[in-house]
Amino acid sequence: MISEQLLYSLAGVGLFGIGLRATLLHHMLLLRLLALNVCGAGVFLIFIAIAYGGIEVMADPVPHALVLTGIVVAVSATAMALALGRRLEALNDE
Amino acid sequence: MIELLWSIFDITLVLLLLALAWTTCSTQDVKRAVTLFIAMGLLLAIVWARLKAPDLALAEAVIGAGISGALLLSAIKDYPSNMVSHRSTLIEGIINSLTLVLTILMSWAVWHGLNMSDGVRLSEPVISQLPVSGVSNPVTAVLLNYRAYDTLLELAVVLTAVLTVLTLNEKRVDYEFSSPLLQGMTRWLVPLLVVTSGYLLWVGAHAPGGAFQAGAMLAAAMILLQLAYPSRRQEFNNSLLKILLVIGIFTFLLVGLWMMSLNDDFLAFTPAWAGTLILIIETAATVSIATALTLAYLGGRPRGWEDTNRTSRSIAENGGAG
Repeated sequence: MISEQLLYSLAGVGLFGIGLRATLLHHMLLLRLLALNVCGAGVFLIFIAIAYGGIEVMADPVPHALVLTGIVVAVSATAMALALGRRLEALNDE
Repeated sequence: MIELLWSIFDITLVLLLLALAWTTCSTQDVKRAVTLFIAMGLLLAIVWARLKAPDLALAEAVIGAGISGALLLSAIKDYPSNMVSHRSTLIEGIINSLTLVLTILMSWAVWHGLNMSDGVRLSEPVISQLPVSGVSNPVTAVLLNYRAYDTLLELAVVLTAVLTVLTLNEKRVDYEFSSPLLQGMTRWLVPLLVVTSGYLLWVGAHAPGGAFQAGAMLAAAMILLQLAYPSRRQEFNNSLLKILLVIGIFTFLLVGLWMMSLNDDFLAFTPAWAGTLILIIETAATVSIATALTLAYLGGRPRGWEDTNRTSRSIAENGGAG
């Protein structure tokens, strides 16, 4: 099932590109973080698209476990970046 | 005919996803961007389900869309929203063309890679070892048996991130107002969420689910409570929170070391006990993940976080002096 693999992994590349562009273009930290998350989602999508082997075939569980880990790490990293940004804003206000 | 329908479904899904990602990334309005991002997370959950990754679909719906959304929405008020400024046209042009070139190169690499070979698939080794792994859900087997070391370190990453959050800031000020509708709904939803979380934890051994989904579900219940009853000014039991925060990684390490004393390898489970051990680790990890995500949502340490340290230290000092 090369076509579905290809379609979804190209979509992943697209998400990565869109996210990367916006990460570099935005000035506001929150919007940059969002864009970085979109970028990460693209990487996850490439992984899972390659793991997919067709309707009848079992998908490869190892990339699934990797991406599951990735989702949790991504949300933690976002929370950390938001906390750093909040501290930065508080320091700027003083 | 069926194949054509599948193709239409796939193409629509991909186009919607890309369109949502584009609007999320191009809008300057923060609230709009966050809302679109949540919608994109839900759409991604559908994509995971389509690509036969139900564990991920659950995790994405709860964590990627739910918890991230709550985190980002509550963070909006930390930032001034009138900071619209643009980069110069030259820099914008450079960034645009570089990203475009990179995207085209990556597309070629993916296309070429997929055409060149089928690649190495790990499904068969995973399935062949499944009977001795203690669980029958292959993803859980990878996460908590074959690659348990990675998951242990992942819990350490989550803990480190939350410790940074706690070090940097005080907890955000609660919302003052909460509608009776939300309170009424919360009364029904929270018990349901807690039960669902327990179910996901238990079912993770043989079907999609597991510690991460369950932990995030529990955190969602806590966040909902926090939103619905802000006026109660409930004091957290901070020493209990600290224990809950580290109990996952502590149990994981303890089990790992115990297995090392029996089987000579860190986290090498004895097959006969593997199922029970995995369930114990997962239960502890669920509690820790839920605590970590709730604290991350609060955006800092709750009131009296340092005080518990001080009291325990003064007790220790008094005890030493006495």
